[in-house]
Amino acid sequence: MANIVQFENVGLRYGTGQETLSDISFTLGSGAFYFLTGASGAGKTSLLKLLYLAQRPSRGIIRLFGEDAVTMPRNRLPGFRRRIGVVFQDFRLVPHLSAWDNIALPLRVAGVPEDDVEQPVREMLAWVGLAERAAARPATLSGGEQQRVAIARAVIGRPEVLVADEPTGNVDPDMADRLIHLFESLNKLGTTVVVATHDLQLLSQVQGAQMMRLDKGRLADPTGVLRYPPTARGHA
Amino acid sequence: MLDEAGGLRAMTWVMAIMLFLTLLAAALGLGTRQSANALERQLAGRLTVQLVEGSPASRDALAARTLAALRKLPAVRRATAVDRGQLTRLLEPWLGSAVGDADLPVPAMIDVDLAAGADLDGVVAAVKRISPTSRIDRHQRWMSPVSGFLDTLTWLALALVVLMLAATAAVVVLAARAGLETHRATIEVMHMLGSTDLQVARLFQRRIALDAAIGGIAGGAAALMVLAVLGARLAALGSQLLGGLMLGVGDWIVLVLLPFGFVLLATLAARATIVGALRRSL
Repeated sequence: MANIVQFENVGLRYGTGQETLSDISFTLGSGAFYFLTGASGAGKTSLLKLLYLAQRPSRGIIRLFGEDAVTMPRNRLPGFRRRIGVVFQDFRLVPHLSAWDNIALPLRVAGVPEDDVEQPVREMLAWVGLAERAAARPATLSGGEQQRVAIARAVIGRPEVLVADEPTGNVDPDMADRLIHLFESLNKLGTTVVVATHDLQLLSQVQGAQMMRLDKGRLADPTGVLRYPPTARGHA
Repeated sequence: MLDEAGGLRAMTWVMAIMLFLTLLAAALGLGTRQSANALERQLAGRLTVQLVEGSPASRDALAARTLAALRKLPAVRRATAVDRGQLTRLLEPWLGSAVGDADLPVPAMIDVDLAAGADLDGVVAAVKRISPTSRIDRHQRWMSPVSGFLDTLTWLALALVVLMLAATAAVVVLAARAGLETHRATIEVMHMLGSTDLQVARLFQRRIALDAAIGGIAGGAAALMVLAVLGARLAALGSQLLGGLMLGVGDWIVLVLLPFGFVLLATLAARATIVGALRRSL
């Protein structure tokens, strides 16, 4: 299985403070499912930010899709970001756009002709069970519905990597199960999934998923050996 | 993609006012330039020859010789002796009834209109050969302070136009920065979805261009109406000097094109601001 992401001795420091992340080294295999766990403040969101190119590290090497993401020029970042789907912890839906337009956003950003936008958006809305809520604005959607719109937006562009930051943090257990199944079905289509969560219950729901645990900004398993080898997954 | 709520934004009104003032300043500049040019055309080719001779007979003979010589010159389009009666009427308020005295040494005068591009020095030399004591008044010299004043007004108007355009660009820069701040969350999301700086800039450009266009139409229409009314009133005055202030066809074309330049300037200023600001982020 090819490595899609590689971190080597990565450190992240905001301003002149202490390092938020230190000596992070791991690799992510293409098509695998990963959980990133750790207590609140352990650095999960910071690590994900490095992963979805919202932040550059203070030190170390990050290779993404085989290329150096640390020294990559700014003008190449958009192309790489389009290959990564992100579900933000706070959803970050555009408040004045409908659920339909929020989901269509990545396709429009990618310059997909408007005629080719309609069908994928309709399919996505049906996939997340929000076909009837297409015209609703985020403010009128429940937390779970907003979460599903955010997921649909993250996956509509068929990203190679899906990064989700505490995607079940704001929903009830039933909805959490449904969301995890959504991620799993996407993973079965070949997308590498990274889900940050502090809910250890979720880990048992995805067979063959691997876990990375962060503790005070360091990977608790610095060797990168994970609990379940990715080859255990049927599609790998 | 950006929140369009808010209807007619303050920016539109600012643009309308800026363009209104810019067009008025531009019209002033174009009008005074026209006037200066007209004055130049009218006076540059005109002079008056004064022939001073004690004896009326020899003065009249000299005037006749000079007039004949002037009329033969190709550089002279028209040479006319000023009527003695007309001169008398002009001098009467100062000299009283004595002006009718034939012995009074009133100079003979000849008005000369030169052909376009005529050699003025050549004409002066020709007159001086016949009458070395003659005095030649070039009309252009009398009006040079007026012409200089009109030139100053033209430059002042140009400076005003440049200042207004600079102020407009500054307003656009401030509006674009404020817009960036307002829509920061949306822009961050767009960036994370793979949006390029130019794509984001294009959203702002489109919005500011629309504001500038609506403001431009309103401000431009108001300014052109004011100018049309002023033009009509100026024409009704029938003043030879102020008549030069009338705008020509080319001037109207410049004024009509100015709003388009205005929208282009606003669009480019917005683009440069947004791209410059986004470059500082990741």
